[in-house]
Amino acid sequence: MAVLEKLVIANRGEIALRILRACHSMGIKTVAVHSTVDRNLKHVALADEAVCIGPAPGTESYLNIPAIIAATEVTDSVAVHPGYGFLAENADFAERVEQSGFIFVGPRPETIRLMGDKVSAITAMREAGVPCVPGSDGALSDDLAENQAIARRIGYPVIIKAAAGGGGRGMRVVHTEAHLSNALQLTQREAQTIFGDGTIYMEKFLTSPRHVEVQVMADQHGNAVHIGERDCSTQRRHQKVIEEAPAPGITPQQRAEIGGVCVEACKRIGYRGAGTFEFLFDSGNFYFIEMNTRIQVEHPVSERITGVDLIKEQIRVAAGERLSYTQDDIVIRGHAIECRINAEDPETFMPCPGTISRFHAPGGPGIRVDSHIYDGYTVPPHYDSMIGKLIAYGEDRESAIARMRMALDETVLEGIKTNIPLHKWLLRDPGFIEGGFNIHYLEKRLKARASD
Amino acid sequence: MDIRKIKKLIELLEESSLTEIEIVEGEESVRLARGGQMQAAPAPVVVQTSGQVPAAEALPVSGDQPASEEDQMPEGEVVLSPMVGTFYGASSPEAPAFVKLGDTVGVGDTLCIIEAMKMFNQIESDVSGTVVAILVENGQPVEYDQPLFVVR
Repeated sequence: MAVLEKLVIANRGEIALRILRACHSMGIKTVAVHSTVDRNLKHVALADEAVCIGPAPGTESYLNIPAIIAATEVTDSVAVHPGYGFLAENADFAERVEQSGFIFVGPRPETIRLMGDKVSAITAMREAGVPCVPGSDGALSDDLAENQAIARRIGYPVIIKAAAGGGGRGMRVVHTEAHLSNALQLTQREAQTIFGDGTIYMEKFLTSPRHVEVQVMADQHGNAVHIGERDCSTQRRHQKVIEEAPAPGITPQQRAEIGGVCVEACKRIGYRGAGTFEFLFDSGNFYFIEMNTRIQVEHPVSERITGVDLIKEQIRVAAGERLSYTQDDIVIRGHAIECRINAEDPETFMPCPGTISRFHAPGGPGIRVDSHIYDGYTVPPHYDSMIGKLIAYGEDRESAIARMRMALDETVLEGIKTNIPLHKWLLRDPGFIEGGFNIHYLEKRLKARASD
Repeated sequence: MDIRKIKKLIELLEESSLTEIEIVEGEESVRLARGGQMQAAPAPVVVQTSGQVPAAEALPVSGDQPASEEDQMPEGEVVLSPMVGTFYGASSPEAPAFVKLGDTVGVGDTLCIIEAMKMFNQIESDVSGTVVAILVENGQPVEYDQPLFVVR
């Protein structure tokens, strides 16, 4: 007996395929909602039903709440899985899905709202005992003298962030008091324009932290576990390029401690489903920056080292089932690395949509390919450039790296430019091989390479 | 009539040497007919119900032609659905249809209603001419860009 009858996959590309695979492995029927230019997506061909919900632009299709809910209605589906991006962290969408009588695979709308406002998220986490970056502990007022005092208390350099921002957007670093006033005004104006909310807050700017995040899963019966941590320090312009699990250098004690703190926070706020606590890891300390109330792109690396299927568990939890495992069942083994494959110029990073004339996926032990592409598939220009993920697993980090190198060399992808050459270069970089580098490492290496 | 019954009927038809089955159950009836050629996918079922949403393969993916003898669409301007929802040819079950085959329509004339999330949206024609084809049935779910009418 399937836990759910039929589910709408409100997304596209590789994550839609991932969700479809989880559903079909559980006997759940799938409905693929798609835009006019996405009729030839792999998961659309495999889904039990497909509904075209709008033209190419995201606002008229994958962000079109009425269209998605209407599609859920007319197909007699019972649930909606939002994937990541698009409407995944849109509390209004979650609310309307539930008000329409459907199951939203994700946290409750109030939780999404709470974590979507970065100021309230930090306040809630602080109250739950989660260590946070030293900061203003709340929204900033317009009083410059007050803000100067806050900055002095925190200690320069500081970073001004938009409360409605997140994911690296709407931030500005300030190194000296002379630049503070300007930075405050600019960030506030930008925040108002981009997010429609000019609320800003301040944090200490950690100069060379690592990005370490903790995966959690909670059911609707008060149970919550952590599924280990991931290191996502390989970033360019706040976009993750390579992720790995576990984070190099983190001891079992540190993992248990920070994991335990996250689990307690989940229980305290009544969290439901999959989530990720993002931290900056600096000098042995974890500092909470934000929580992602959705499944993430890099979830496969956590899956590989623990053996869990996070998407299946998300769906089960949403259907009201109890967690499939206890904390003791989560055992970390080996090491996993994920390379995000983007349709972009490996040097200029300009997106390069187009038709894939030849695609041959790598294989062998420890290799996983999460991608929707196929021979002859045309990557449309309307959406983000990620066309797949290559995941390599090994008994340790060294063997994971070796397998990833081999998998990258085996991969044939012709017709469009991709960042595979970048990954090949990175996987041979001494600093990367050593591990434990900070979030500025990739950009530093790229700058050095450019000036060579 | 639910999808399990319809699937059983399809199996019955396939296993037999019949070319057609029609079952009438109260106000509902189902007619299954073998297509002229071998189809890779199972033939879509034409379900005539009294205004209920059909249970089987309800939403033909745009571009699919029904497996049975359907010919190409008549010449003319195709009016496409601007949204996802349920198609209704009249403002209520008792009311007359907005348009019938052969009617003349002008730009702005209401052709049908598409209902979604309990809201009824009047779909207006953006072309003028004669209605030469009505491609969907009352109560049928429709998707974005699905052909609804042909006007010449």
